[in-house]
Formats: sequence, structure tokens, C-alpha cells
Amino acid sequence: MVNKMSEKKAEAEQPLIDAKGRRADGRKLDELRPIKLQVGNLSRADGSAYIEHGRNKIVAAVYGPRELHPRHLAQSDRVLLRVIYRMATFSVSDRKRPAPSRREHEISMVLRQALEPMLFLKMYPRAVIDVFIMVLEADGGSRCASVTAASLALADAGIPMRGLVAGVAAGKIDGKVVLDLSDIEDKIGDADVPLAMAPDRGEITLLQMDGKLTPAEFSEALRMGEEGIHQIQEMQRAVLLEKYAQIREKIGEDKDAPKEMEEKPEEEPKVTKKRIKRAKTEKKDAKPKTTKKSKSSKTKDEGSETKE
Amino acid sequence: MSIHFEQQDIVVPGQLLAEGDFRNGDGAYKEQEKVFASVIGVAKMKGKTVYVVPLKGQYIPKVRDIIIGNVVEVTLNGWLLDFHSPYPAMLPVMHALSRRDAVHAKENLRRYYDIGETVVAEIIAADRTRDPLVTTLGRGLGKVRGGMLLTIIPTRVPRLIGRKGSMINMLKSDLQIDIVVGQNGIVWVKGNPKRMKIATEAIRQIEREAHTSGLTDRVRDFINQKLAELNGE
Repeated sequence: MVNKMSEKKAEAEQPLIDAKGRRADGRKLDELRPIKLQVGNLSRADGSAYIEHGRNKIVAAVYGPRELHPRHLAQSDRVLLRVIYRMATFSVSDRKRPAPSRREHEISMVLRQALEPMLFLKMYPRAVIDVFIMVLEADGGSRCASVTAASLALADAGIPMRGLVAGVAAGKIDGKVVLDLSDIEDKIGDADVPLAMAPDRGEITLLQMDGKLTPAEFSEALRMGEEGIHQIQEMQRAVLLEKYAQIREKIGEDKDAPKEMEEKPEEEPKVTKKRIKRAKTEKKDAKPKTTKKSKSSKTKDEGSETKE
Repeated sequence: MSIHFEQQDIVVPGQLLAEGDFRNGDGAYKEQEKVFASVIGVAKMKGKTVYVVPLKGQYIPKVRDIIIGNVVEVTLNGWLLDFHSPYPAMLPVMHALSRRDAVHAKENLRRYYDIGETVVAEIIAADRTRDPLVTTLGRGLGKVRGGMLLTIIPTRVPRLIGRKGSMINMLKSDLQIDIVVGQNGIVWVKGNPKRMKIATEAIRQIEREAHTSGLTDRVRDFINQKLAELNGE
């Protein structure tokens, strides 16, 4: 792409940044494209999210943690995270061939690595969490928008996470560092830096670069990206909360009313102890005349339970 | 020491809940003296423990839970149950049949539980390194016949049961039907078809509004209204 840059640039009639410092779509240098987020839009998935980021339209679906097939892929100490990024054939102007391309494989892997550090993988050993990402319409920065959507979908599925990740690209066009490259800026610009972060934790989970930047420009791009990600993160939180706030609002509940949620946590442990103690004594007392076979077989199990 | 939420607030993963001398319960994690939420849910604090009651999530088998599952496989020494969890449950003959029956059972286990049948079982061992073990020996356990099954989000089951069973007992007594709630989010309902329909709607309402307050009263009103309509016909 870099080699073709000069010819392509010649083709472009207008400069990417005009005299007033505005970009082709009227944005300022550090302005994001309009972003729309939705959550829980697929009823059959365990968690789902939809994002419109500029002209990107992307759906993410999460299934799991669920039983893993084929079994030999299971990891005995952690859950397997499978991410599949796929572009619809109609997502770009030249029909994309439906077979998974090299690029789709790569992005799937990159996205998996961007999401994995945020999950508590050891909580569900031997199982799998599937994340499917479908690009319905592609603009620049679809991998970054995919991270944003996938992380929302994971949260919507109720999968425990350290935090939400969001993504945005920074880059360089017409010699200036800018935020959130559009398709055209990505193609004829000088450099593209896709970035995904958990901003509150200050952790970067995805960072790539295409093109050339000086160290100073790179730092500037990173700073700008982080700024943008902070904004996106706020939107992510808002949309997750909104889903449940709406229901509360509809009922018109008053916040001070006494609330009752969950039932047992307090009593349960006591009962267990008593049961186990009783089970033990029963066992000692020379097998109580097979009083209900259910009891006797249970006794054994509960005895073994205590060892665990 | 500071707390960054109010009781019953809905929180999202990664949200800072408290700083300082606090412990993290379920749905929260602690890093460098800070407690964060790890799931989307309702944040609460009890003593020094900060926890989040999740609004969504898969069912993870826990010992002594009652579950409802479907027989998916009959093996040489037992059955495999699917109960909407990442792990299938094993029901060995030893924990399913009395010793007298077990002797005869060797020929054909399908006589007792066949593929596709629904079973209420209790988990007797579960540690995630192996598939959970269940038993059907015990009161109220075993095959279910008739009625219908509902599936709800497992994390909202506690709300359907209510504090000390208040919600579920109200449903049972007001509607005069049988209900068995599996901790895995599968609910079995049996009774008069018209009353079952009311129960279904009520259960759906509880599931949808699990994170709100005053739910028991709203559900009671709903049931009374529907019952009045039913009797008026």
C-alpha cells in the first residue's frame, strides 16, 4: 500500500486537509467520526452488540462459555477464546469473495489477542467462548470498531472481564497526525496506527502500524488515540447501562424502596455443614439398615465432598 | 477509603467500586487496593465485601444445586444430561437407581431414563476440572412427566425464587400449580393450562425486571388481575 501511495495521492483531486484545517468530511484533526452503539440486538446469542463507526457497520455476537467441540482443542486450565472476523460480500464496493481471506484470518487473530487479556480465562476451564464479528459495511478502521463491538458483546453476555476495551485508529495525513482515519485517509494517507486499549487500566491490547512516522509523531498518534478511546469507552458504558435503566424507568420505581434480591447466600453454608456432619455420623453408625437407599449412596458422596 | 457506587447501582465491567480496605465478592475483583466490577450487574456491599449480582451469564454447576436437564446420551454406566451449562452432567447408575433396580438395569438403561427425557437432579460433585456429577435419588428428584419447560437467564433464578422462596411460593399457591425451578434456569411448570399461561407470563416478567425493586408486589398484582379475568369469563 505504501508504494502505491504517491500515485494514489496524485489521483486525489483535493488535499485531505483543507486550508482551514478541516478534513475531507469536515472533521477537525482530533475529532472522531459519529459513533452509534447498540447492545443485545441478537436475541439468540448470549451477548451481542452493533456498532456504526463512521460508515462501518459491524455486528458482534458472543456465545458461551459453552461446551467445546471438537474436544481435543480444550485447554484443561483455561477457556478457549475463538474470534472470527468476517466481512460480508457486500461490505465493500468490489464484491468481496466469500472465502475467508488472509486478511480476515489475521484480523481474527489480532482481535482475539486484543480481547483475551481482559477476560478471566481460568474461570471456565475446558469450555469455549465464541465471538463472531460480521462487517456489514466497511469503512476505514474496521478492526478497531470490531474490538469496541466485541468487547461490548462479551460484557452483554455476562462474561467476567477486567474492563471494557475500545479501539480507534490514529494516523498521519498530509503530514499531520490525526485521529480516526476514514477509508480514503487510510488508503492515501501517510500512516495508520490502529489501537485498542482498556483506557482506565492504561493497557494497550492492540497496536499496529502501517506507514512511516517519526518517534514524536508516533507518540502524538498514541496520545490522540488514547483520547479517542476514552470518549468511546464512555459511550460503551452508557449503552450497557441504558439497556437496564430503561426497564427500571418504565416501571417508575422509586430508588428508596426496600429491595429484595437473591435469597439464600447467608443460610446455605450452615445447612451444608450440618448435612455433612450428619452424613458422617450416619456412616460411622454401622450402616443404618439401608434406610432409603438414597440416603446411603448420598452419604458416600457427601463424605467425599468434604475432601475437595 | 472511598466508595464509588450506591447500593443497587447497575455497574459495568471495569467500573471502580471502592478503594481501600474492602474485599471483593462475586462479580468483582481487587487490584492494588481497588475493587472493580467484573460483570454487568447490580452492585452491593455487605460489611466490607463489595459484590455484583450479575444480570446475565451462564450457569456454573455448584454442589447441592437442583438442576433440570435433558438426557442426551445413555452410556454403559449411566446417562449424560445437558442442562444449559458449559459442562454436561454425568448421572451414573449408582446415583440414579436403587441398588435393587441397579442390578437389573444392566441390560437396558433406557427403561429408566431415555434420550430426550427431562430429569430433575441434584449436583453432588462439581469442580470444573471434571464434568459435574448428579443424582436423582432424593425427594422431588427424578423424571418429570407432563407440564412444560421454560428457560430463563440462570443468573436471575434467585429472583424467581425470592427471599426464602417468597416469590415462587406465591406463584405456586396463588395459581395452584406445580413449579420446579432449576438453578440452571430451566423451570418446569405443570397444572391447569390457563393458569400455566399466567405463570409463564409472570415468570417472564420476573426475568425481565429482575434488577428492579418491589417486584413481588407487581407480580402479585399481575396474577390477581389475570385470575380475576379468568374467573370473570
